[in-house]
Amino acid sequence: MAVKKPAAKSNVSAEELLGYYRDMLLIRRFEEKAGQLYGMGLIGGFCHLYIGQEAVVVGLEAAAKDGDKRITSYRDHGHMLACGMDPKGVMAELTGREGGYSKGKGGSMHMFSKEKHFYGGHGIVGAQVPLGAGLAFSDKYKGNDNVTFTYFGDGAANQGQVYETYNMAMLWDLPVVFVIENNKYAMGTSVQRATRSPSLWERGAAYGIKGEEVDGMDVLAVKAAGEKAVAHCRAGKGPYILEVMTYRYRGHSMSDPAKYRTRDEVQKMRSERDAIEHVRELLLQGKHASEDDLKNIDKEIKAVVNEAADFSKESPEPALEELWTDIYA
Amino acid sequence: MATEVLMPALSPTMEEGTLAKWLVKEGDTVASGDILAEIETDKATMEFEAVDEGVIGKILIEAGTEGVKVNTPIAVLVAEGEEVPAEGAKAETAPAPAALNDSEGKVAAPASAAPAPAAPKADTSPDWPEGTTMKTQTVREALRDAMAEEMRSSDEVFVMGEEVAEYQGAYKITQGLLDEFGARRVIDTPITEHGFAGIGVGAAFGGLRPIVEFMTFNFAMQAIDHIINSAAKTLYMSGGQMGCPIVFRGPNGAAARVGAQHSQCYAAWYAQIPGLKVVMPYSAADAKGLLKTAIRDPNPVIFLENEILYGRSFEVPALDDFTIPFGKAKIWREGSDVTIVSFGIGMTYALEAAERLAKDGISAEVIDLRTIRPMDTDAILASVMKTNRLITVEEGFPQGSVGNYITSVVMEQAFDYLDAPVINLAGKDVPMPYAANLEKLALVTTDEVVEAARKVTYR
Repeated sequence: MAVKKPAAKSNVSAEELLGYYRDMLLIRRFEEKAGQLYGMGLIGGFCHLYIGQEAVVVGLEAAAKDGDKRITSYRDHGHMLACGMDPKGVMAELTGREGGYSKGKGGSMHMFSKEKHFYGGHGIVGAQVPLGAGLAFSDKYKGNDNVTFTYFGDGAANQGQVYETYNMAMLWDLPVVFVIENNKYAMGTSVQRATRSPSLWERGAAYGIKGEEVDGMDVLAVKAAGEKAVAHCRAGKGPYILEVMTYRYRGHSMSDPAKYRTRDEVQKMRSERDAIEHVRELLLQGKHASEDDLKNIDKEIKAVVNEAADFSKESPEPALEELWTDIYA
Repeated sequence: MATEVLMPALSPTMEEGTLAKWLVKEGDTVASGDILAEIETDKATMEFEAVDEGVIGKILIEAGTEGVKVNTPIAVLVAEGEEVPAEGAKAETAPAPAALNDSEGKVAAPASAAPAPAAPKADTSPDWPEGTTMKTQTVREALRDAMAEEMRSSDEVFVMGEEVAEYQGAYKITQGLLDEFGARRVIDTPITEHGFAGIGVGAAFGGLRPIVEFMTFNFAMQAIDHIINSAAKTLYMSGGQMGCPIVFRGPNGAAARVGAQHSQCYAAWYAQIPGLKVVMPYSAADAKGLLKTAIRDPNPVIFLENEILYGRSFEVPALDDFTIPFGKAKIWREGSDVTIVSFGIGMTYALEAAERLAKDGISAEVIDLRTIRPMDTDAILASVMKTNRLITVEEGFPQGSVGNYITSVVMEQAFDYLDAPVINLAGKDVPMPYAANLEKLALVTTDEVVEAARKVTYR
C-alpha cells in the first residue's frame, strides 16, 4: 500500500479525534455483530461487511456539511452509520424486519434516508456513479452549494458508465466528489488482474478531472483530502476524484472463502495499518484520552450495537400487506 | 459469563457443514477477529472468526465432524478465570433465529385473485367537455406544447437528451424549447445513454422532474439498467421513501427502412415491470394530455412515441390545461361483432380495418389502450362481453407480447363470453429486414386485421 503523506495532525482537536475513534469503532463493532447475526441465520442473502475500511467514510463525513449528499454501492453499512443513520434501523433492515429503514423490503444492499441525505445502497456495480452525478446535478440546478459524495470500488472503476459520468460531470461542472474506495480486490480479482492502469484516479485526467491518491487507513489524511475536494466542488470548479487506498479484512461477502489472498497479507494489514488502532495510539500518545476513557467508549459502543441487535430481532417481520405497497407513489 | 459459539451459516443456503479443523484449543485466549476454525460447506472451506473475546473453555464438536447443523453449539467461550458451566447448566446463547417460515403459504392474495367484483364497465366519460373548441395539430406539436406548458408551470421540469437543444431535436419534438427556457433547462447531452439516464434518475432522486429524451428507444437498451433497476425499483426498495418522478420518452418501434437495430417496439418489455408506467399514445390529443400527466406523475413513466405518427394531424382541444388520466382506454369506434384492441401506431391498422369491415357488414369495436401499464382491462372485458370476439394488434414481437397478456386476462375473467379463439396480431418473429418488400411483410398490416376479424366472426 502506498502511503504518500503523513497525516495532517495539526488542525484536529482532541474532541474531534475522539469522535472519529467512536464513529469508526461503531462501524467495526456493528459489522462484527452483523457477521454474527448472519452466522445465526438472522440475516439472509448477501451481506458485505465494511471492516477495515472505516477510516474512509468517517474521514470524508468529517469534511461534509449539512445538506451534502452521499450514495454508494452494496457495501453500505459503514456509510449509513457514518452519516448518522440509526444503527437500530440499519440492523433491523439487515434482519428484514418492519423496523428497518426500508421496512425490511430492501435488505443489506438497499437502504435510504432522505433525512440524512443518504441515497443508497445500490446493488448494480457502478450504477451509483451516474446517480450520484445526478444528485449533484439537482443541487447545481437549484443553485445551492451542496456536494455529493459518490463512493465506488476499484471493481466499479472498470465500468463504462463511470467514464460516461466523468465526462458529463466535468462538462457540466457538477459538484461531485468521486470516491474510489480501492480495497485492492473486486470480489476475488485483484486490481492488478483487472487493469494495467497504474492508478485509478489518474483516469480522470482524460476528462480534465483533478484528483489524488489518499491513505485510507489514516482518518486524518482522508479528512484533509476530503476538505480539499469539497472546497474544489463548492467553488464551482466541477468534480474531484479521491482514490482512497484501503483494505477490507473480511471476504467480499459473507460467503467468500477468500482464497485469492493470504492470511498473512490480511494479518499484516490488521496489525500494522489498522485505522482504529492508529487513532487509538494518537489519542493515548497525545494524552487526549486514557486507557480507561477508551475502555468506556468501547463499552458504550458495545451497548449501542447490542441494542441495535436486540431491536433487529424483536422488530416484527413486515405485515403481509407490505408485499403490495410502495410500488407506485 | 460463558457464551456458546454456534455453528455459523456461511452462505445464503448453508444448512449444515463439516467442522474441518480447530485452529484453537481449550484454554486459548482469543480476541475478536481471531480465526477459530475452518468450516467446510458444499462449496468451499471457510475460516470462522471469533466475534467476542475470551478463553476457549470447552470444544463441544470435534474436528472432522460432518453434518453439523447451523446454530449447533460447537464451543464454549468463558471469561478469564471463569469455570466452564457444568453439563446441563445452560450457557448463555443468543436467541434462536426467528422462525423465518412463519409466513410461508400465507402470502396475501394478489388483487386479481380476489372474488370477481361487479361486471366490468368501461369508463366512457368524455376526455374534454362537450363543445370545447378544437384545433388541428400534429403529434409533434402536441408533444412540444405539453412539455412547454409543464416547464412553464414548474421550474423542476427540465429536458435532457441528444440534440434536444441547439439542433432543436433529432425529430424536432423539442423545437423552440431552448429559445424559451434556456440552456439550464434544455440540455444537450453527449452520446452516452447509460450515463445520462443514470444522471436523470439521480436528479429525480434529488427532487427534480427530468424528461429524458432518447433519440429512439432502441438506444435506451444501453440505459435499461437505470430505467429498471434504478428508477422503477427504488421506491419499493426504500420502503416508500425514495420516489423517482421522471419521464423517459422518444420514438419507439419501426419507422421506415431503418433496419433491425432501429425498429423494435419495447411496449411489452417495459409493461412487464412493476414500478414503471407505460404510455403509448396514438392521437395528438392523447399525446399531449398523456405527456402532461406523465410529467406530473410521481413515478417513472415510459412514454413511447412513433416516428411515423409525429407528422400526423389530429383535432386537439384548445384548452389551457388539459390532461388525460392513465389507465383509461379510449373507444374510438363502437361496434357489436368483434373487439379490436390496439395502441400506438397499431391503431392506424385497427381503424382502417374497422372501416373496411363496416362496408362488409361487420361491426368492429376499436379500443385504444393509450396506457399499457396501468391497463384498462375493464374496458376490454366489457367490450368482449358484448362482442364475444377479440383481436389484439401491435407492432412488437409475438412471443410475450402485450396481446398475449390481454388474452390471459380475458381467458381468466371472460372465458365463457368468447365465441372464438382470441387472435394476437403482432410483428413477425424476425429481426426487421431492410429490403422494402420484406419490411412490409414483417410488419402487421390492415389486411391481416381484416382477415383476423373475418376468421373470428366466421364470415
